[in-house]
Amino acid sequence: MRIRNHRDFWSGVLFIVTGLLFMALSRQYTMGTAAKMGPGYFPTVLGGIMAVLGVLILLPAFSRKSPEVRVTNVDLKSNFLVLLGVAVYAFTLPKLGFLIAAVLLIVIAAFAHHEFKFRQTVLLAIGLVIFSWLAFVKGLELQFPFLPPALTR
Amino acid sequence: MELLGNLALGFSTAATLDNLLYCLIGVVLGTLVGVLPGIGPLATIAMLLPATYKMSDPTTALIMLAGIYYGAQYGGSTTAILVNLPGESSSVVTTLDGYQMARRGRAGPALATAALGSFFAGTIATFMLAAFAPPLAEVAFKFGPAEYFSLMVLGLIGAVVLAHGSVLKALAMVVFGLLLGMIGTDVNSGVARFSFDVPELSDGIEFVAVAMGMFGFAEIILNLEQREKREVYTSKVTNLFPKWEDIKAAFPAFVRGTAIGSLLGILPGGGAVLASFSAYAIEKKISKHPEEFGKGAIQGVAGPEAANNAGAQMSFIPMLTLGIPTNPVMALMVAAMMIHNIQPGPQVMTSNPKLFWGLIASMWIGNMLLVILNLPLIGLWVKLLSVPYKFLYPAILVFCCIGAYSINNNVFDVFMTIPFAILGYVFKKLDCEPAPMLLGFVLGKLMEEYLRRAMTISRGDPTVFVTRPLSGTLLALAAILLIIVFLPAIAKKRQEAFAGDD
Repeated sequence: MRIRNHRDFWSGVLFIVTGLLFMALSRQYTMGTAAKMGPGYFPTVLGGIMAVLGVLILLPAFSRKSPEVRVTNVDLKSNFLVLLGVAVYAFTLPKLGFLIAAVLLIVIAAFAHHEFKFRQTVLLAIGLVIFSWLAFVKGLELQFPFLPPALTR
Repeated sequence: MELLGNLALGFSTAATLDNLLYCLIGVVLGTLVGVLPGIGPLATIAMLLPATYKMSDPTTALIMLAGIYYGAQYGGSTTAILVNLPGESSSVVTTLDGYQMARRGRAGPALATAALGSFFAGTIATFMLAAFAPPLAEVAFKFGPAEYFSLMVLGLIGAVVLAHGSVLKALAMVVFGLLLGMIGTDVNSGVARFSFDVPELSDGIEFVAVAMGMFGFAEIILNLEQREKREVYTSKVTNLFPKWEDIKAAFPAFVRGTAIGSLLGILPGGGAVLASFSAYAIEKKISKHPEEFGKGAIQGVAGPEAANNAGAQMSFIPMLTLGIPTNPVMALMVAAMMIHNIQPGPQVMTSNPKLFWGLIASMWIGNMLLVILNLPLIGLWVKLLSVPYKFLYPAILVFCCIGAYSINNNVFDVFMTIPFAILGYVFKKLDCEPAPMLLGFVLGKLMEEYLRRAMTISRGDPTVFVTRPLSGTLLALAAILLIIVFLPAIAKKRQEAFAGDD
């Protein structure tokens, strides 16, 4: 028994675990009957189906006929930086306003690129902030704090 | 001649100054995101959805959003021909012969063929939509909960069949989506399910956040990882107009492509991609010179381009007549209707005839605008393509963050994009297609609701789904589809059809 298709193996695991998790979580809700389904009924059934599908995906991954497939390298740096940028934006937007939040997002995310240059990024940030102000604040009149709310009050 | 009267109403609605302007904005934006690989119509529509709150007329909003959708099909083929990179998944096959034509100095005719083919298909599809939507809506009025449930099953199975890669994985993804759709308050009992006492989660997860995370952000991370380098076909695009022989060769392919696209487009699951692949396969099969395919055969551009545009347009039929989205873009259109308090379904045609016919007519106008605009603007699109990705993705991130925030004016939705970006990334790494999941997510609550109603009416007897003729037919169709994809011969063909599509 050796895993040959790693992608199938891990997606099988993912589906089994998630399916069982939803089944377990559904236990706190009433099941009801087929004629009068409670809030736990449909999720329990779906969780079960998903777990079964997971097994059907996982098992052939060991088969001799299965091709050797590995999961390609995960680039943690770009993953982390891009999502960190989004998180920082979400944290700072209400307190510091769009201007600062967007500049932080752009600088952090741009750093993920293998050809990062600081000056270019600053220029890009200025351009994007001006464009966003024109398009979203003036043009579409979306409601979000642009400058730090503390300053404008 | 009700058809003509309806179309007249549609054109008079679509031709108002406001609607023309937003149609134009829609198709230009659509072309723009279609041209740029790495951002698609889905993320763009999601981004602009909050902006449609401001619009007083829902028709205008829908006209713009629809324009983005079919405009993107146009833009996608420009990139395919000039850069050998599909701007959209439906233009994958256009790279095969379109880019070869460009390399032989025939970029102009290739682009013109793509544009004219799309216009031809768009015109026919507009009339087909107008002709077939009313009878389908009639049928939809006969639908009870059992039929709606079975229809959704068929829709989801359709999405599974059309997804790339393993059918089992696609099935599991659909179920995953349905489960995510369960999150939030249960309408029948009022219980907040799987919300872990987070107040924002009791309304369910915002679809836009899921779509942006899984399609927008995950895609950006994957692109950064691949360090893609694109080469723009730089030499000048000259003499756009195809020669007479070109038109003679391309026209029959237009007709065949339109027919295939119209048929496959109605199928749930997003027919545009499959339509373009099938059209290419057919053109190659019936050609007297199959050896020219892949080396710049004009039919190889004409057929698929007509097919994907016809398919994109016909996929509005289930959404407009049944209120059921058949692909994630249509789900956003449904959301746009809901924002303006219009419940999508067969009644829209009678309760909002202006919206219904105006939208259909606007598609034809939009297609014409695309032809008029795009041929002269090709130079601009080429320039845009030379904007390096490192400037592009921070911009996409900023716009998506603005869009996610603006749905509810709450940063919670921005935070929600993060787990879905990770999920989308993991799924891509594991060869699991995210589109079926998104469709499951959209239909989850509706499906449960109809299942419950049908079962209550039948007093717990599950055979109603099979014994009611309409419902039984829909389920039988779903079963046939599933059996077909599991047949070894078809499974192999299916693999071939999707080969090279990534």
